[in-house]
Amino acid sequence: MNSKSFDFKKFASQNFIWLVLIALVIIMGIAQPSFFSVNNLITLLSGEAVKGIMAFGVMFAILSKGIDLTIGASAGLVACITASLVQPADYANALHPGLGTLPAPVVLVIGLLIGAAIGAVYGALIAYTKIPPFIATLGAQLICRASAKIYTNRPVSNLSESFRFLGSGKIGGFPVIILVFIVMFIISAFLLTQTRFGKNVYAIGGNDQAARVAGINVEKNLILVYVFCSVCAALAGMLLAGRSGSADPANSGLNYELDAIAAATVGGTSHTGGICRASGVLAGILILGVINNGLVMLKVDDNMTNIVKGLIIVGSVVLDMRKNAKKA
Amino acid sequence: MSQEYILEMTDIVKEFPGVRALKGVQLKVRPGTVHTLMGENGAGKSTLMKCLIGIHPPTSGKIVYDGREVHFKSTLEAIKAGISMIHQELSPVPERSVAENLWLGRVPMKNPFMVDHKKMREDSIALFEKLGLDVDPDAKMKELSVAKMQMVEIAKAVSYDSRIVIMDEPTSALTDVEVEHLFRIIAELKEKNVAIIYISHKMDEIFRISDDISVFRDGEYVTTDLASNLDHDKLITLMVGREVTDMFPKVECPIGETVLKVEHLSAGRAVKDVSFELHKGEILGFAGLVGAGRTETVETLFGIRHKTGGRVWKDGKEIDIRSPEQAIAHKIALLTEDRRGNGIVGLLSIKENTALASLKRYGFPLNHKKMISDTEEYVEKLRTKTPSIDTPIQNLSGGNQQKVLVGRWLLTDPDILIVDEPTRGIDVGAKSEIHALLTQLAGEGKAIIMISSEMPEVMGMSDRIVIMHEGYTTGVIDRSDFSSELILKYATSETSDQAAAGKS
Ligand SMILES: Nc1ncnc2c1ncn2[C@@H]1O[C@H](COP(=O)(O)OP(=O)(O)OP(=O)(O)O)[C@@H](O)[C@H]1O
Ligand SMILES: [Mg+2]
Repeated sequence: MNSKSFDFKKFASQNFIWLVLIALVIIMGIAQPSFFSVNNLITLLSGEAVKGIMAFGVMFAILSKGIDLTIGASAGLVACITASLVQPADYANALHPGLGTLPAPVVLVIGLLIGAAIGAVYGALIAYTKIPPFIATLGAQLICRASAKIYTNRPVSNLSESFRFLGSGKIGGFPVIILVFIVMFIISAFLLTQTRFGKNVYAIGGNDQAARVAGINVEKNLILVYVFCSVCAALAGMLLAGRSGSADPANSGLNYELDAIAAATVGGTSHTGGICRASGVLAGILILGVINNGLVMLKVDDNMTNIVKGLIIVGSVVLDMRKNAKKA
Repeated sequence: MSQEYILEMTDIVKEFPGVRALKGVQLKVRPGTVHTLMGENGAGKSTLMKCLIGIHPPTSGKIVYDGREVHFKSTLEAIKAGISMIHQELSPVPERSVAENLWLGRVPMKNPFMVDHKKMREDSIALFEKLGLDVDPDAKMKELSVAKMQMVEIAKAVSYDSRIVIMDEPTSALTDVEVEHLFRIIAELKEKNVAIIYISHKMDEIFRISDDISVFRDGEYVTTDLASNLDHDKLITLMVGREVTDMFPKVECPIGETVLKVEHLSAGRAVKDVSFELHKGEILGFAGLVGAGRTETVETLFGIRHKTGGRVWKDGKEIDIRSPEQAIAHKIALLTEDRRGNGIVGLLSIKENTALASLKRYGFPLNHKKMISDTEEYVEKLRTKTPSIDTPIQNLSGGNQQKVLVGRWLLTDPDILIVDEPTRGIDVGAKSEIHALLTQLAGEGKAIIMISSEMPEVMGMSDRIVIMHEGYTTGVIDRSDFSSELILKYATSETSDQAAAGKS
């Protein structure tokens, strides 16, 4: 550092969320030393990966001044469809007994395409009819959940080993699901900061009129936002099925959208649009993960855990609003 | 002249993170006078007023109002104490009615639970009548033109019966007629011994209405004097610290072939029948009263508004622009009138705002280095005052925001540059720089359309002037025939293009 002295206040306010995370980790570590065991940390990360990937997707929707409530249900729907394609041919209870097992990479692509298609539909609805994203995605959520239940009325299980690899496999002892999570973080951060798409979404969230006048195709970019968000959900759904070994039309991904939105929000994504950082959302995901994991280890009961989570979510937004209000 | 001050601000310091916006300034205002604050963009005029009324409480300093030391913590406290402000950046509630906007925060009540809509409406009408305004209190705020909104804002500030009314660039969105109107209101306020703190960059206005003038430069207090002791040149030298010689550095350059031809353009009720031609190397001025449809015309050309009729040719080829994206692809740029509404993206940095309309050129992944050097080039060229190019644009002074937007459009390297009130809120020094820049661009063969409500500006800068009235083009005048009488005649007449041409 040269003439500029290190401005701790500025650093702290910009990385506030990471300081909170570090503080939480230290507290948990003191309360329960086994928190720091490699095994526990791996459990924590694999446990958060599915919702975390969804959080990266919904972060874009919130950044554009929207929201996506569909993702839990679309994850469930994609999980059921893809799972039904990778059941063994000789499995008596298979959903499509004659079909046999499709290769996992093919099914993965199919799943992502379904996700993209779902997102494109409600994205187009939001972009062109200007109905509030809350309503559009609430409707899409109901439709996706119901479609999953129509598609299969019972859990789809006995999935092929290769399909389960992404969700529960390991490379050199390291869970693949964590690698996928990290890759999705990098992709999201790259999209946000290094591409025209990312800049467009910031501008649309900040002032959509100004974005339009500056030549940004607002509709197209909004559709892309929801496509990306929905693709993240589809990936998360397949990971979920792979991790648990089955897909349940009624429960897979149920209410996951709320956790994903919470993580993005705790991570500093502003619901008034135009503000977000991928690193912040990563911290938000980890904070909620540490609370989940730590409180389970400390044998705090579920209700208490939820109260703590609720307080943290609301508290983080209050802090955020104050920080932004000062700037205005 | 009474020696007693209604307001004394001394040693006011205001610090924002990383910026010392006010470095110990003073202001002493006499009741019943117009006290004008002058200074370049970013000098700290608006900030000083925000310190006064509690939006940004000062870091240090003393404020004595009506003999007592005060520390307002919110605009509400200031209003209750008798200080109201018309803000530089309007903040209407667009979806609600004019009346509701007017009485926001103090709606008359029938009983503790029910709003008295009738009284609200009647009070609005009475207020508008008193001020001689022609505004429908039931219209939604967003349906009004920027000028009308500004007049409502003025009415609102006056309606508090304050002892000090602060007006931060109230005329930037007004045409001459409304300016006259405002001045009558100001005269009446003075008679009631109200003090007016007036901020403007328009010299002729300032000398017409000011009693006292205080000058600020870079957050520092320079001096206060009676307006009668100052003149145009003295004031500029005090403000800028150097002389500005030529306000309208117009160089007439050879006019080339037609780049844009517009025939019978229409868009809904605002634009009815507009025809004109624009040539290479030409600055084509657009004059007219508020509501004449000038802004709407260029918005239609640029694809912001839906075209309902007429044809447009660029370089001899017919074009059909349906979105700003297509307009930019045709190398047309539009610096809009409504800086806050559809200009800046407040949260984003200077850099991101500058690059916004040119993102395509930065490739994949985005070339941040190029973006930074381009931004720095325009910050330098336009002398934008900012702590860094990573500062959110909303932290800049109004005039500096405007400069960033000018940079945004120049960066797109357009053939046709349309500027709608380009020097609104820009200080004299920067204004002559922007004029010089427009002239230079015309000299390079670009075609420029300039809408301006400032008569000296349109007349000083244009090669020809198109005049509009209620959605029609009523006349086109060549530079050799320019006169404000002629412009005003067309601006108020119903005559069509042909009829006007026949008469002159
Ligand atoms: N909220 C803020 N945060 C940080 N800096 C600010 C903020 N508001 C104003 N400033 C800075 O304070 C300085 C003075 O700004 P101010 O708006 O008072 O200028 P001004 O004299 O009103 O200029 P103009 O004529 O352009 O309106 C500028 O350098 C501006 O960048
Ligand atoms: Mg100002």
